[in-house]
Order: sequence, then structure tokens, then C-alpha cells
Amino acid sequence: MPTIRFIEPSGTEHVVEAENGQTVMEAATGNLVPGIVGECGGSCSCATCHVYIDQPWFEKLGTPDEMEEMMLEGAVEPAEQSRLCCQIEVADDLEGMVARIPAGQL
Amino acid sequence: MTESASEHYVILGAGQAGAEVAASLRKKGFEGRITLVGEEPQPPYRRPPLSKAFLSGEAEEASLFVLKPEQLEKQRIDFIGGARATAIDRDGKTVSLDDGRELSYDKLALTLGGRARPLPIPGADLANVFMLRNIADVEAIRPNMVEGRRLCIVGGGFIGLEVAAVARKLGLEVTVVETMERVLARVTAPVVSRFFERIHREAGVDVRTGVAVEAFEGEGAVQRVKLGDGSTLDTDLVIVGIGLIPHVDLAKAAGLECDNGIVVDEYARTADPDIVAAGDCANHPNRFAGGRTRLESVQNAMEQARVAAASMLGEGPAYENIPWFWSDQYELKLQMAGLSGGYDDIVLRGDPESGRQFSAFYLREGRLIAADCVSRPQDFMFAKKLIAADASPDAAKLADAEVPLKELVPA
Repeated sequence: MPTIRFIEPSGTEHVVEAENGQTVMEAATGNLVPGIVGECGGSCSCATCHVYIDQPWFEKLGTPDEMEEMMLEGAVEPAEQSRLCCQIEVADDLEGMVARIPAGQL
Repeated sequence: MTESASEHYVILGAGQAGAEVAASLRKKGFEGRITLVGEEPQPPYRRPPLSKAFLSGEAEEASLFVLKPEQLEKQRIDFIGGARATAIDRDGKTVSLDDGRELSYDKLALTLGGRARPLPIPGADLANVFMLRNIADVEAIRPNMVEGRRLCIVGGGFIGLEVAAVARKLGLEVTVVETMERVLARVTAPVVSRFFERIHREAGVDVRTGVAVEAFEGEGAVQRVKLGDGSTLDTDLVIVGIGLIPHVDLAKAAGLECDNGIVVDEYARTADPDIVAAGDCANHPNRFAGGRTRLESVQNAMEQARVAAASMLGEGPAYENIPWFWSDQYELKLQMAGLSGGYDDIVLRGDPESGRQFSAFYLREGRLIAADCVSRPQDFMFAKKLIAADASPDAAKLADAEVPLKELVPA
């Protein structure tokens, strides 16, 4: 049950107890974190769960797969530490991870 | 917000639209009571995996839930499962449920979705003839999804084709029977239909188009499917996927205007100031359709639901999101942006005749109105931006896979 910190562009922070095995997107939407939509439910089809992951966690997550890379390219304001959080599975070593929410998803 | 703290908002229909209305109300700071009523016993869940990972057994039921029971409780969303509204009294502002309960409301959201369209032919009530709309349907189907069994799918739409893909992976013998001349006829161009027919045939599916199904026959359980061309198919099970009938009876009986869905404006409002409607059941003005339409998609369910929730709180904005859709079949990902109806030209990027990834761009008077992208997610993402911007990209560049679509998006 690691804790994940979602930070809105305004600085408002949402600290969520995530469950191992669920995705970071599910942890966000299940706790009504604003700005993370997850419209396709985690099938990597919509890029509405885009976040920026702080270090050291970004490094720890490894490289996104090809499909995610291609979707990210078309996300709103992609950056180096962009990820689709439906593709990140929650595990103990993500304890304290900071996921920054972009200004828009659509 | 304080004046609304004593109010009671009732949401009828606990699919993805209903869940999104409830979640949006809370995200927007609504502090009053929220009651979410659903016909099925499960909390709100995602339907798209029903014909994909849930059917194949890869996804567990709990992974489908949008909001789990403890999350509903935490957000103070009172969920009433396994109950159906039987009447709305608009003057008294109450809703009657089939379990005898009566709920009074200050605002009401109708996110009722629809039911699978039945096939009214002889034998449709035989055992092992299934429809696929909810968890219970899939649970009934799954024990039959056994290697070597023969499956006949009636309907070459998304449900039918997704089921065919899962069934082939599980080793069933699969036939798809489609009445129209091609699969996906209502939603794509012939070239895209032909692509999916080829993909399924290459995967071993017997795809039959332009053939009607006349009857299901068998002793107790279905054993044969009688087709309109006089032939018969031996089968162990049948799955019928021929579309959806929106739930409008409740609204109609309450005197709300219905016309292929519950009629709402661009704010998801019905003519009753206290009632909104959204999702599969709502007929709404949509600029991408060039008029009124009713869409059956998760995009529409969720995004229109957010507009409906805002309207319940007396806020904007209008619903003007671009429609989009996806379908996963085999290793392929189809993503569709915009609505292609009324196109006058189609431009291809990649080769649908022999390849396994391509994009089809639909143009009307030079303007990009829709795109079907198969395993080309960047094309989808940038096509969505181009369509939303009413762009008229150069056709030669659209066709040239060497030109990233990104470069065609106006700055």
C-alpha cells in the first residue's frame, strides 16, 4: 500500500493510498484526483492519464513501451518525464512517488 | 455550494456515465446527498473489457470497477444496486424503484444506457444463445469459451469482431454472420471494413457478409443456425451482437421528449430544468455530427456526464468534445476520431490491403472530419487535434507516411 502524491498545476496535493497491483491511474480516479481522467480504462488508447513523474521514481519505472511512447507524443504538452499512469503498476517501491498533473488532458 | 449541501441529487443508471456524474459532482465540491441507482448488483464498472480481457479471462471482475464499494462510501455516494426505476413523478420530484422504495430528488440525472438489441427470430430463446452487454452475460458465456467449440457470432460490429478475436485466441472455431454487405458498415468506409474482414479471415474466422440469420434450431440448446441463403451452420453456441436499444421508456412515460434517445441540449439538459441526461441514452446536438445524434461510446458517456454534472450545479460549459472510439482486436489497436458520416473523400496512409497498420482520413470539402487509425497511435492523437481545429490538411501530406501528422497541426 504505497503512498502516491499527485500534484495539480496549482500546487494542490492529493495524497493517495494506492493498492499494489492496481495502476497509478486507477489509484487516482478511484480517489477522485482531479485532472486524471483515464477515459479508456487503462488500455493505452486515450492519453488522458498523462502525468510527469519526479525523479528518482521516473528512472525506477523503466522505459515505456512503444505504444505508450507513441501515445505520449500526441499528449498535451509532453515532456521528458511524461508517462501515461495507466501503464504504471503500483508496487511497494513506488512509495512516496510524485506524479505531477498537467494543465489539461484533452 | 453551501445552499446545495442539503440537496439530494439522484442518478438513475450506474454505468460509466452515471459514475462520472457522481464523481464530477464531488470533484466540483457538491456537498449534498448523491444516490446512484443501478440495475445490476455490481458497483459502476467499465464495459469495454467485457468483450475483450474480461471475456478471455485475463481481467478479474473487481478490476472493471470504476469506483469500488469502499470508494463510493468514502465519497458519500449512496449506491443502490440491483434496482430499477419504474416511474418519475416530475411534479412531486420523486422516483419510484421496483423494490418499492421512493426517492425524492432536487436534481435528477438520467444515465440509463441501453440494452442489447434482441434478434426476433425463431429459436432466439434456446440455451447457448447469448447477448453481451453486462458482467452477468459474460459470466454465462465464459464456460462455453472452450477450445474446439463452434461459435457463431451474429453481427459484424465491434462487439462481434472483438469476441471473434478473443474466441480465436482461445481456440474456438468462429463464424461471423453479418446481414450487411460488409462488417462495421455503419461506422467505417468500405476500405476499413475490408481490412478487418481480411484480418479476421487470416486469423481463421469464417466471415460471411450479406447473409441474414433466419432461425436458431436445436433440441433444448442451439445446434444449428439457419441462414437466409438456405444454408445451415452447425454450432455449439451463438453470441448476438447487433446493437443497442437506448433506455427511453422511463423518460417517455414521464413526458420527456424522446427521439432516438432522451432529447437534451448542448448542456445535457432536458426540457425539465431539474433533469439532465447523458451517455448512450441521450440524443444531443453535436457539431461533429452536423446536427443531433446519439453516441454509444465511453468518450461520450464520460465527457457528456461531466457536462451534465456541471449543469446540475448551474455551471457550463457546453458539450463540444470530439467523439472518439477504440477497439482492440488481436494485436491491433483501432482508434477512431471524429465522425465520418458525410465524407466526400478518403485518404489512406499505409496499405490496408496487405499491411497491418494504416490510417484512413475522411475529408469533407477538404476539411478533415474523421480518422480511423489502425496501430498508428500518433496519427490518431494528431488527427484528433486536426479535426477539433477544423483543419484542412494537404491530402498529399496526409497520404505520406514520411510526414509526421504532427507537422500538419496548425501552431
